[in-house]
Amino acid sequence: MLEIARALVCRDLRLALRRRADVATALLFFVIVASLFPLGVGAEPNLLRAVAPGVIWVAALLASMLSLARLFADDHADGTLEQMLLGAAPLGVVAAAKAAAHWLVCGLPLVLLAPLLALQYDLPGALYGTLVLSLLLGTPVLSLVGAIGAALTLGLRGGGVLLSLLVLPLYVPVLVLGAGAVEMASAGLGGQGQLLLLGAMLVLAAAAAPWAIAAALRISSE
Amino acid sequence: MLEARDLECRRGGRPLFGGLSLTLNPGELLRVAGANGSGKTSLLRILCGLLTPEAGEVRWKGTAIRALREEYARELVYLGHAPAVKDDLTAAENLKYACVFAGLSSTEIGSSIERFGVPADVPIKKLSQGQKRRAALARLALSQQVPLWLLDEPFAALDAAAAGLVEELVRAHAGAGGAVIFTTHQDTRVAATRVIELHA
Repeated sequence: MLEIARALVCRDLRLALRRRADVATALLFFVIVASLFPLGVGAEPNLLRAVAPGVIWVAALLASMLSLARLFADDHADGTLEQMLLGAAPLGVVAAAKAAAHWLVCGLPLVLLAPLLALQYDLPGALYGTLVLSLLLGTPVLSLVGAIGAALTLGLRGGGVLLSLLVLPLYVPVLVLGAGAVEMASAGLGGQGQLLLLGAMLVLAAAAAPWAIAAALRISSE
Repeated sequence: MLEARDLECRRGGRPLFGGLSLTLNPGELLRVAGANGSGKTSLLRILCGLLTPEAGEVRWKGTAIRALREEYARELVYLGHAPAVKDDLTAAENLKYACVFAGLSSTEIGSSIERFGVPADVPIKKLSQGQKRRAALARLALSQQVPLWLLDEPFAALDAAAAGLVEELVRAHAGAGGAVIFTTHQDTRVAATRVIELHA
């Protein structure tokens, strides 16, 4: 069973490597959105420092959502999804592996890029740790919850727009806690409370979302 | 070993078939015939559990397939209209992953691909439609141990040599005690032990 999950993650990573343009689109989107803000709001350092956590988090959230529509659509179109539905592993395991691969391709690079973008906002050095940690805990939740939406809107016309409408409200708690952790830390209160809550959300999402994704996949593939 | 009772199927509000019952025993070759849109693919999808019928149920060795899920999935090979190969992967990689997902041992991938005459290390997108189809069907050569084969139009887009190879595999499988259900609207050289005719 774990062998199947590992093979699926390897396959998706290999596919991402062969279609680098798709991955690069999401990352470039993240970089560009986060870089446009300082140009738009002006170079006032105090203002930039204040908006940095929120802007970086919103940009990461949108970038992560950008690639969601393709998460199951390609597998659905070429028939490999059917084979996964008829695979030897429980569908929940397959769903978890798909979400994990999505995070490795579209979540982890955002976490690694975020400190670089934070430089433009003159974020104090002490906050980098909290920012990275909040993204590290938050982006997997985005992938897991987003995958539920992707599975539900599979095969629908205009699914992309519906997907955003469905998923964005569910992203709000992650955004509030993630950006809040960095803001709390910058106010000297420490962001541990928010980070712990993010961790709890990650545990909950990791336990429940794969089964919700599996149920949604069964419904949409009928 | 496979038993379906009173299956009813509707697609898009339109009834396709109803009251369809069938049993399949080891060694049998069942051909599902019918015009386009008569529900051949839907029947196959119901039999493998991808589609829920409006009424009736499918049983595998006496147990409803809804209760078996992966246990049943491990006992069958379903090859649908879509070839289920990734364009960016090579034939060998596609076959390797297909085997892992299906829980099959993947030791003879090279020989199976060679048998079907597909270049092993070229991405599928660089191959022709027929070769793509061959790459998908190469899975059959590794699935002799899997008792039930459900093949949707296995001879579509194949040249005579590849069609002959598929026929040979299907016959060998039935000869070894496996069961095969396949759909086709052409007459084939595979002598089916039974034919089900679907009327739209």
